[in-house]
Amino acid sequence: MNAKVPGTVPLAERQAPPLGGFNLTFLAIEVRRLVRNRRTVMVTLVVPVVLFLLFKANRRAVAVGGLGFTAAMTMIGIAVYGAMLASTSGGAMVSIERAQGWSRQLRLTPLSPTAYIAIKIIVAMLLGLTSVAVVYVIGSIDGVQMAPSTWVLTGILAWAASLVFASFGLFMGYLLPSENVMQIISPVLGVFSLLGGLFIPIALLPSVMQDVAPFMPTYGVASIARFPLVGGAFDPTWLLSVVVWTAAFAAAAVILFRRDTRRT
Amino acid sequence: MGDEHRAVAAIDLRDVHRSFGSVHAVDGIDLHLELGEIAALLGPNGAGKTTTIDMILGLGRPDQGSVSVLGMSPSAAVSRGLVSAVMQTGGLLKDITVRETARLTASLYTEPRPVDEVLERAGITHLANRLVGKCSGGEQQRVRFALALLPDPALMALDEPTAGMDVEGRRDFWSAIRRDAERGRTVLFATHYLEEADAYADRIILLRQGRIVADGTAAEVRNLSSGRSVRASLADADQGTLLSLPGVRSVEIRGDRVLIQTTDSDAVAKYLLTATAAHDVEIVAHNLEDAFLALTSDESHAALDQAAEGSAA
Repeated sequence: MNAKVPGTVPLAERQAPPLGGFNLTFLAIEVRRLVRNRRTVMVTLVVPVVLFLLFKANRRAVAVGGLGFTAAMTMIGIAVYGAMLASTSGGAMVSIERAQGWSRQLRLTPLSPTAYIAIKIIVAMLLGLTSVAVVYVIGSIDGVQMAPSTWVLTGILAWAASLVFASFGLFMGYLLPSENVMQIISPVLGVFSLLGGLFIPIALLPSVMQDVAPFMPTYGVASIARFPLVGGAFDPTWLLSVVVWTAAFAAAAVILFRRDTRRT
Repeated sequence: MGDEHRAVAAIDLRDVHRSFGSVHAVDGIDLHLELGEIAALLGPNGAGKTTTIDMILGLGRPDQGSVSVLGMSPSAAVSRGLVSAVMQTGGLLKDITVRETARLTASLYTEPRPVDEVLERAGITHLANRLVGKCSGGEQQRVRFALALLPDPALMALDEPTAGMDVEGRRDFWSAIRRDAERGRTVLFATHYLEEADAYADRIILLRQGRIVADGTAAEVRNLSSGRSVRASLADADQGTLLSLPGVRSVEIRGDRVLIQTTDSDAVAKYLLTATAAHDVEIVAHNLEDAFLALTSDESHAALDQAAEGSAA
């Protein structure tokens, strides 16, 4: 195989890229795309802040365990909501890219599908982190008080919620071939949030809702994120909820993704 | 090409079949393309051009037969940047600039050409900072061409690259491709524009209903349609007798004008002038368009088989 190829690089010396094409230039351009997208910025940064301020007015009515405690609980719930919204929309970008034909264009390059998914997940997680950070900054300005370690721990755990929903976003992205995928998903996320007790403590929901709450994908992540604040006994079903939902969304995403990229 | 007899083929398709449901999109294609060739896959819509190119790029897999590109599997060749393509269907991200699109794509190859160089060769340096979504269809097509230049591929495949462009855009596009091919790159392009195949390809592969019906230079393909039609004024022409003449493929009678398609125009002319009362005999050589129509139209099955035999020889 020493035939000379008309290109300047000899045939035998050509190599496939390491890591399936995963690289920081790609990641940086993806992040820049997100920042340029006003809609994404609105959804992931502005909406959670607005919600936080809205629920502030409502807080007195739903105060459980003291006003300061409730404010912190609400802030964490909304941080989880922001992380969820951000990472879902990050994951769901694949839907838009499929609709525009970009996924097909990428198949003409050495980029491996796995590297593509890894980039999408990282971008979704970064977006989720930003959302949590913004909510926490607004919360601290607004006077929410927690021990420094509780700020850090609850923040990290709220951010971890993004992983569940990055999978959810990818799943939806491969399920719905649409440029308006977030408009379809947003109401679903709203239901998850309400029934999972992100905005209003589950104890204050009607009893039917209280019964379904533990089965929401938000239930486990919110409970775990609030655990450093609430203290007490750690309920293993929270972890079970996170694991089962992540696995379910990821498996569904993988199945659809294989169907999409199968080289038939 | 250093080692002539051991040189690896740019493309080697053997008995390739591909069906979608009951439609045989590609129905037994053998195609061998040497390095440095510029070949056109010419055929009407539905002839199997896109399906063939998809398989060469590893976007589709044959039901039967083998596909080898530069001596390896299509996906191996794509991941090494040895093959690139300009496809009709590949979309671009609208929310990044032309240069960002090129930088992103370049980041996926191990040793890409510089971004500025490919933008210049595609003639889009002035568009570098424009958002892709603000580029016209023709400009986006040149962006795709620039992206395809990035890996400095040995083989470039283009699927109807000028569809939807105006005449000037098409000419610019092809002159960029032609300039590039002069450096020795192998180019395979699909088109249904006859004049594009004639003007830009050294070799024309004519497809019809998933099969190769002609393969050769433009001149050879022209000859394959068995070059001539003979026209004459003749009252009460006998279609049966005319059809039985050697080389005659079809006979059309309109009033007292007859139109005869034949491979042996001399024999037909001699017969008409000596054995009948025919007058005003004209003999017309076919152009490529006639060849294209003759070889790809549905009414010319017999001609087609003849032509295919001719091309195999």
